[in-house]
Amino acid sequence: MQNSEIIKIENLTKRYHMGENDFTALRNINLTFSKGEFTGLVGPSGSGKTTLLNIIGSLDNPTEGNAIVLGNSVSELTHKQSAVLRNYHIGFIFQTYNLLSVYTVFDNVEFALLLQKHTVAERQKMVMEALDWVGLADKAQSKPAQLSGGECQRVSIARAMVKRPEIVLADEPSANLDAANSHHIIQTMKKLNRELNTTFIFATHDEKVMQYLDRIIHLKDGRIEKDLIMPDSKTESHVSL
Amino acid sequence: MLAFKLAFKNLVGAGLRTWLNVSVLSFAFVVIVFYNGMLDGWNRQGRSDTKAWETGNGQYWHPLYDRYDPFSLQDAHAVVTGEAAKLTKENQITPILITQATAYPQGRMLNVMLKGIDPNQKILMIPSGSLKAQNGEIPALIGKRMAESTHLQKGDHVLVRWRDVNGTFDAREILITEIFSSNVPTIDVSQIYVPLSSLQEMTGMKDEATFLVANGTLNNTEIKGWTFKDSKFLLKDFDEMIDTKKGGSRIIYLLLLSIALLAIFDTQVLSIFRRQKEIGTYIALGMTRSRVIRLFTVEGSMHSILALILGSLYGIPLMLLINKYGIPMPKSADQAGIAISEKIIPFYSLGMLVSTVLLVVISATIVSYFPTRRISKMKPTDALKGKIQ
Repeated sequence: MQNSEIIKIENLTKRYHMGENDFTALRNINLTFSKGEFTGLVGPSGSGKTTLLNIIGSLDNPTEGNAIVLGNSVSELTHKQSAVLRNYHIGFIFQTYNLLSVYTVFDNVEFALLLQKHTVAERQKMVMEALDWVGLADKAQSKPAQLSGGECQRVSIARAMVKRPEIVLADEPSANLDAANSHHIIQTMKKLNRELNTTFIFATHDEKVMQYLDRIIHLKDGRIEKDLIMPDSKTESHVSL
Repeated sequence: MLAFKLAFKNLVGAGLRTWLNVSVLSFAFVVIVFYNGMLDGWNRQGRSDTKAWETGNGQYWHPLYDRYDPFSLQDAHAVVTGEAAKLTKENQITPILITQATAYPQGRMLNVMLKGIDPNQKILMIPSGSLKAQNGEIPALIGKRMAESTHLQKGDHVLVRWRDVNGTFDAREILITEIFSSNVPTIDVSQIYVPLSSLQEMTGMKDEATFLVANGTLNNTEIKGWTFKDSKFLLKDFDEMIDTKKGGSRIIYLLLLSIALLAIFDTQVLSIFRRQKEIGTYIALGMTRSRVIRLFTVEGSMHSILALILGSLYGIPLMLLINKYGIPMPKSADQAGIAISEKIIPFYSLGMLVSTVLLVVISATIVSYFPTRRISKMKPTDALKGKIQ
C-alpha cells in the first residue's frame, strides 16, 4: 500500500482574540502526515492539540500559514467545500462521543451516509458492516442512553468509519473511559488503521493511547517540542474486523 | 426530504416539549377554523335568507328612493309601465310600494312602514298569498317580531293612519290575516304588508311602486326610469356586519396563534442554545451551516404539521358534531338587525381551510427560522464545546 503524503502543515500559526489580548494557540507549525499513519498529538491542556485537529478537520482556519488536506488548502475552502471535505474524507471522534440522543445507534451511524448519495440498501449494508467492526451489530436499535461509555465511543468510531474516510481525527477518545474500555477502543482503531489504511490522528494525553501510536508529536505552548517515530508500538491483539 | 426525516425524529424524540407546543398550536388551528366556519356559515345562511325574503336577485329602485331615508318615500314612486309592466306580468319582477304610516295597536301609537305587495308574487318568500280580500276589509301580514312587540295576533284589527299622494291624512282598520316567521329582521320589525292594489288605492298612487324586486332571470336588464341595484349593493349592510364580526374574531384567534407561535419561538431559541454540541456535530459530520439552519427551521415548522394532524384528530369529529346540531343563537341576536337564524350551521370552505393551514404553517416557519439565523454565526469549534452564550 502506498503511503503518500495526505496532510501538509506549513508555517501554521493560530491566534485567538481573548478580550483585548491575543492568545497564540499554535506557533509556526510545520508537519506532514502520510496515508495510514497512526499518530498522536500529545501535550498538556492548552498546548494546541485540539486546535491543530480542528484546522486539519477544516472546522477552523489558520491565522497565518496553511494546512493542505488531501490537496485542499483549508483556508481557501468555502463553507460548502469544507462540508464536502468533512463529509466524504474526514471522520471525527469526540471525547464526549457527541451521539445524537434521539436517534438509535443505527441512525447515528447512518447519519454521515445520509448526506452522501447512497441507496437505502447500500446504507443498510455499510452501517451494519461498521457496527460489526466495533462489535455493536446487536445494539443497532438501542438509543445512546442505553449504552455504556465504551459502547458509545464504539458507536462514535463506527460513525466516523462508516463512510470509509481517508482521515480520522480523534480528540481525547479515551478521556471518559476506564482502562479496559480505553484499550479496547484504541485496539479497534488500530485494527481499522491496519485493515483500511485509514490515517488516524489523535489529540491525547492518555498513556494508554500512546502505547499504540506509531508516531507521537509532542506539543507545548503551541510549538512542536518533539516528533517521534515509535518503532515498537503495541498492535491490536484480539479485535477482529 | 432528509431535513424532514431528521426533523421529525428530533421532534418526536424531544417528547413532552414538542407535544405541549403542538397541542397549543392545534388548539389555535381548530379555533381559527371553527370561528371562520361559523362566520362563513352565518354569512351563507344570512345572504341566502336575505335574498329569499328581502332583496331577491337585485332590485330596480325609483331614482329618488333611499332605503336609509324615510322622507324619500314621499317622492320615490312611479307608475309601473312599459317594460316594467311587461316583466311584472311575466313574474320576472314584483313591484313593492312603501309608505310611512302610524299604527295604533291597543291604543298605542307606533310608526310603521306600510308595504304593498302583490298577493300572487312568487319571487320573495313573504307569504303574500294570505293577503286575500276579506269581505271588504284590508288584509294585512306581519312578522313575528312585529307581532311580539305590538301584541297583535292573527284575526286582530288594527287602526293605521297614512298620508296619501296629496299629503292628506287618512285612516282605516286593517285585519291581521297571517303572522309569518323569518330569519330576516329587516322585513319584519315595524312593517305591515298589505295587498299592493289596496295600498295603491289607499295612497292614490294607482299602478305605482317604490321599487321592483327581480328574480334571477333578468341579469341586470335595464328598465327605463328605474335604477338597478345588485345583490352586492343590497347586501352591503350584511357584509359589513360579517366583516366586523370577522375582525373581532380575528383578534381572538390571532392572540391564540401568537401564544402558540411564541411557544415555538421560545423552544427554538432554547433548542439552539441547548443543542450547540449537536449543531457542531452536524457540521463536523459534513452538514453546511445553511443545511443545519434548514433542519432547525423545518423542525420548528413541523410543529405546525403535527398540530394540523392533531387538530384534525379531535377537530373533525367535534366540527361534524357541531354541524349536526348547529350553534344555537340567543333570541336577542336578531336585535342586531341582520339576518340570523335560530341555529347557525358552520360552513368550512376549501379555500378557508387551505388559507388557515397556510397561515399556521407559514407563521410557524417564520418564527422557527428567526432564531436559527444564530447558527450561521456559530463557530463549529465553539459549538462542539457548547461554549456559546
